[in-house]
Amino acid sequence: MRAKPVLRVSAKLLIPFILLFALYVQFHGDFGPGGGFQAGVIFAAGFILYALIFGVSNAQAALPPASRRWLMGGGVLLYAGVGVAGMLAGGNYLDYSVLGETPTGGQHLGVFLVELGVGMNVFASVATIFFVFAGRDVRRGEGGR
Amino acid sequence: MEIPGLINYWAVVVLMMAGLYTVVARGNLVKKIIGLNVFQISVFVLYITMGKITGGTAPILAEGIRTYSNPLPHVLILTAIVVGVATTALGLALVVRIQEAYGTIEEDELAEREAEEGA
Amino acid sequence: MRLVEHLPALLVVVPLMAAPVCFVMRRPVAAWGISLLVSWSCLAMAVGLLALVMQGGPISYLLGGWAAPWGIEYRVDALDAFVLVIVAAIGAIVALAAKRSVEHEIPEERRYLFYAMFLLCLCGLLGMAITGDAFNLFVFLEISSLSTYVLVGLGRDRRALTAAFRYLVIGTIGATFYVIGIGLAYMMTGTLNMADLAVRLPDVAHTTTVQAALAFLVIGIGIKMAAFPLHLWLPNAYAYAPSISTAFLAGTATKVSVYVFLRVVLGMFGGTGLLKAAAVPDLLMVIALIGMFVGSAVAIWQADLKRSFAYSSVAQIGYILFGVSLLSTTGLAAGIVHLFNHALMKTAIFLALTAVFMRTGSVRIDALAGIGRRMPLTMVAFLVAGLSLIGVPLTVGFVSKWYLIQAAVEAGVWPAAVLVLLSSLLAVVYVWRVVEVAWFHKATEATMKVTEAPLTVVVPTWVLCAAVVWFGLDATGTMAVARTAASFLSQGIAP
Repeated sequence: MRAKPVLRVSAKLLIPFILLFALYVQFHGDFGPGGGFQAGVIFAAGFILYALIFGVSNAQAALPPASRRWLMGGGVLLYAGVGVAGMLAGGNYLDYSVLGETPTGGQHLGVFLVELGVGMNVFASVATIFFVFAGRDVRRGEGGR
Repeated sequence: MEIPGLINYWAVVVLMMAGLYTVVARGNLVKKIIGLNVFQISVFVLYITMGKITGGTAPILAEGIRTYSNPLPHVLILTAIVVGVATTALGLALVVRIQEAYGTIEEDELAEREAEEGA
Repeated sequence: MRLVEHLPALLVVVPLMAAPVCFVMRRPVAAWGISLLVSWSCLAMAVGLLALVMQGGPISYLLGGWAAPWGIEYRVDALDAFVLVIVAAIGAIVALAAKRSVEHEIPEERRYLFYAMFLLCLCGLLGMAITGDAFNLFVFLEISSLSTYVLVGLGRDRRALTAAFRYLVIGTIGATFYVIGIGLAYMMTGTLNMADLAVRLPDVAHTTTVQAALAFLVIGIGIKMAAFPLHLWLPNAYAYAPSISTAFLAGTATKVSVYVFLRVVLGMFGGTGLLKAAAVPDLLMVIALIGMFVGSAVAIWQADLKRSFAYSSVAQIGYILFGVSLLSTTGLAAGIVHLFNHALMKTAIFLALTAVFMRTGSVRIDALAGIGRRMPLTMVAFLVAGLSLIGVPLTVGFVSKWYLIQAAVEAGVWPAAVLVLLSSLLAVVYVWRVVEVAWFHKATEATMKVTEAPLTVVVPTWVLCAAVVWFGLDATGTMAVARTAASFLSQGIAP
């Protein structure tokens, strides 16, 4: 694929906008359609496009397995941690209203953080699923595990 | 614009049966996963259909709109889609491992090789 | 006091948060330490909840502070608390034994994954038991199922992969049937809260939508609990999974599914009168009785002991469903108490087999010749649990069968009571053949070199065996909880 200038150039043009759009979907989720899951998938799609054009190993270098693991675990912990924070602040588990000075502000903050956690996790998971499948030579045949 | 009211449910039934049939009748493990996906998607359509309210718009608060579609089924299905993605990924991962371990992903050949190893 | 209020949420959140920590750290020993800590604290929380519920009645916890029929409610009554204790107790015992067995059966780089999945599975199973929201239950069902597929697929034998794949396909169909059923019920009632559904369903019970919902739910949950004709995924999954996974799953996964059956089919549809109209109890009794015989009979012919006792699980689910099918308080109580009793003895059996596998590298019956003298502690534990499986007095198995037969006689189904007794004879056969090989056959050269399994595996097995005898001698505590749970359930069932 390296030799195809059209693909390389158009990918380089597209990828920043894909990532930007993902961020828009992530942060606009408060006011319109969108949210962490959709944003995470779109963000991962940017990386997957990069991997398709420039090779899996280059994409892996941009997003090493260790960082994906931290994003995955960190996303879940952020989500669950916001719930525990609500508990510590005197509400029930996942009660965001107690997080801010006003209940509405608290709900905004809570949903923002939770969606961020979801986005991190989904992005890392989808990217990992792709890398794991793409980076594996399945034709090793019998007894190859 | 009047479409027969139950057309979505008919689509659900057709998709559901097609999916289940694929799971049961196809010996290729990847095709089984595809069938499983179609089967799950029929359920997504079922839920989304029941959330629709005639004349209702997307459930985003705005001036001058009184009727909204029910957002709850959408949220439920978002969850179900995530579950579906996870199941598909895990299923395909197992297929890859099966291919590596047995050298085939055809169910009858797998059964043969397992029979050779004894129960 | 604050902590006590939050127990229902913490019980699920603690394992949920511990799992990604294990996943990120990738250190097997640390992951084991975390699992041990988490599972024992879950046990403490579950026992605390049970005590609270038995004293003060059902507890309700609103997630996010959203009021009940709209928000997700965690609701704990006697039945939930009892199932929570079963799952957490089995989890805690298995976590104790896990380290050595995992070291023996799972390659180093995948060990952390076992613990992460174990914790996720624990979280899913506890969540299923605790939630009062029908859709939330599906989410927990899938959390536990997905982690279970991985736990099975971690097995060393390559057949573990195909077993996990089949389990995944069948399990997903079961779970999707469950969602369809819940969706149809939601369509007619507009609510997902189980208590609310139970109130609203009787008004719309005459619609075909609700009747279809019941059919989907019965089949979907039937697959998950491996009720007789839907059990085909279970034997291979249990046989080829790592031994310690089998020990955990055999004690918990199908039990929680039976709980879901009680909660959803009896709890939600009990008041509609549909159960009797659709002959669900009769159907259940027939498949329960067939399951007892077929499961036990097939168990006799299996060379692989893990497979053999997996089939025995199918038979034992039959006993539980038989009690449930009577729909009387006594019958339900017998079924519910057998949930607990079977979890104890089956986990003990599989832990003993784990120990055997660690020393001999096989659980095929011919590899066990003369092993009774080489591994006396393990095999005596196996014998105690096996006697309980048969239903010998002084063990929990006797308690279960006693109440089952009492319930059958009360309901006037004498032939069924006789069949329960007869099927126990089959259990004698499949337990005895192991005893015969282990003690009365001459040790082969391979078994002569075998030594007793490490204490970290033997002690948890014996803890379970002690529980088998203890609750067999004095069943007042377990029966009191089961009766409370059963009377609450049977109140909601329309005559």
